[in-house]
Amino acid sequence: MTLLSVRDLTVTLMTGSGPADAVRNLSFDIERGQILGIAGESGSGKTMTALSIMGLLPYKGKASGSINFDGEELVGFKPKDFRRVRGKDVAMIFQDPMTSLHPMLTIETQLTEHLRHHRKVSRAEARARALELLDTVKIPDPETALKAHPSQFSGGMRQRIAIAMALACQPKLLIADEPTTALDVTVQAGILKLLDELRKSQNLSVIVITHDLGVLSALTDRLMIMYAGAEVESGPTSQVLTRPRHPYTQGLIDALPDSEAHGKRLIAIEGMPPELGKFPSGCAFHTRCSFARNECKSGTPNKVDIDGTRRIFCTVDPFDTPAGVNR
Amino acid sequence: MKPIVEVKNLSVEYTRGDQKVRAVAGVDLEVSAGEILGLVGESGCGKSTLGKAIVGILQGAEGEVNFDGQQVSKIGRGQRDAHYRNLQMIFQDPYGSLNPRRKIGDQIADGPRISGVSKADALEKAESLLERVGLPRNAVERYPHQFSGGQRQRIAIARALAISPKVIIADEPISALDTSSQAAVANLLVNLVEEFQMGLIFISHDLSIVRRISDRVAVMYLGKIVETGKTEEIWNSPAHPYTKALMSAITHADGKAFIPLDLPGDVPNPAYPPSGCRFHPRCPLAQAECGSSEPVHVSLSDGRKVSCILQQAGSAPKALTF
Repeated sequence: MTLLSVRDLTVTLMTGSGPADAVRNLSFDIERGQILGIAGESGSGKTMTALSIMGLLPYKGKASGSINFDGEELVGFKPKDFRRVRGKDVAMIFQDPMTSLHPMLTIETQLTEHLRHHRKVSRAEARARALELLDTVKIPDPETALKAHPSQFSGGMRQRIAIAMALACQPKLLIADEPTTALDVTVQAGILKLLDELRKSQNLSVIVITHDLGVLSALTDRLMIMYAGAEVESGPTSQVLTRPRHPYTQGLIDALPDSEAHGKRLIAIEGMPPELGKFPSGCAFHTRCSFARNECKSGTPNKVDIDGTRRIFCTVDPFDTPAGVNR
Repeated sequence: MKPIVEVKNLSVEYTRGDQKVRAVAGVDLEVSAGEILGLVGESGCGKSTLGKAIVGILQGAEGEVNFDGQQVSKIGRGQRDAHYRNLQMIFQDPYGSLNPRRKIGDQIADGPRISGVSKADALEKAESLLERVGLPRNAVERYPHQFSGGQRQRIAIARALAISPKVIIADEPISALDTSSQAAVANLLVNLVEEFQMGLIFISHDLSIVRRISDRVAVMYLGKIVETGKTEEIWNSPAHPYTKALMSAITHADGKAFIPLDLPGDVPNPAYPPSGCRFHPRCPLAQAECGSSEPVHVSLSDGRKVSCILQQAGSAPKALTF
């Protein structure tokens, strides 16, 4: 069943040189219990997509199009409406758990605050729920943890606490923005395992936003690759990663240190991702794409549907061969 | 070949309140010209502290660091002997390591200027270095905020190169960068090491990149080097359980939906290191004596060194399974 349905989402931000579209005509769906990965480099619009669902766009930021969440239209929501949904039905965790937790408040205060706000439960009930949550995210000795402050925990434990906070009101959708980027690989594996268990035990839908394709491979069912605010490719994770069809996806995979190529040199994508307000015309990737033709420089790239489950936005579609990518 | 940097039994201490914390506890390390040594470990293991102590930003409490035949002393207020200018460091955050209020050219020209080069020549050198790291020559006239993260890291590299160093210590030089810039900056470092026959100590928590570019790897845990050896040998058969745990935790973008093995627990507080082998509380293969006696650093038959009672001096590495 579809929980979130985004159609033609455009997010316009106010920059020093006037309004600029940070997200452009984005459409995607998330089913219940599904994990969707959004990948892309900085400035690709992945975080702005998340913030528009949370109603947390920066000052003068504006979303248009449609965000249908569990039957409600979020585009056009007033701040008051978002306060009703945010933290209760949709929750978000961020890259750096040191800045998303309040350093001066105890874990108990932070874990029970929105429970008390949204669910109107008693202090004792909220406390019991907080203990249960800390146990769910595998914090050892929850009783002691409730009295502690964030600085008394390691980065991985803080991220677990942030997840516990996000889960407090049993949200239907969890948005995780670079949830393991600040963590060590050894700790990252534990967080990935936890998110996977939560999806299964609570039928939670999750959006994972990261540039780390390894994390997305481990965790997600579907993958959407973004470039310059727009989707370039989406589909089931295993297919996108093993048989990428868009030149940008292929470039990201080739640039990984554990790709097949030999020797010390990595395969870098020439150039840099464009800045907001300076996105190239036509297919925004044409300036860095080795397959680009004249027609890529203007108009919108062709949408190519593949097997009914995948699609790319590419006029050239250079990897359209029976064996998939064949170079 | 004689190593250009030799670290012998180095310990570095911080004072926290009235307590002494030993962040680096008796480390031996070597790097030769033209070699890339990858230094890996979790955050808090002391790898950045070790890097800073090698260039002399921090003073060792014990042991010594020799650079090109001379012992490295702490950087003080006075001018250092010109010899040590050949030992340079690059930091993780190129936003923090460049002065936002000075032109790029002037910042790169500082090194040559101190060495007595005229201003015009130093700026000329800065221009050619910017070109070498893949930036336009006119970048000398611009300021750091006009560049992206990847470009700033290139500027920081150009600045380190300005006095033709023999060794560069790079502390997480690509961790803050985007995927496509990561590959480009890593390639640049590899090219520079080959071109100038520099030694490079590449400090990183990212094992996959270290595996790709390093000739040798040193694995650090809680202030100690637990295993060193040739990259491929360590990768093919890790001899220390910690090395194996680190490798098992890597995710692969292979679309196989495989969640890697996690290593329970965190790096312990270095103020109270565990007795015996420092890794034993987290080690899946720990035995009773690991908690009481500290393992000896032994050389195996393939030339690598490891501190674990499961491995015997002079033998081939014993395969670890968990």
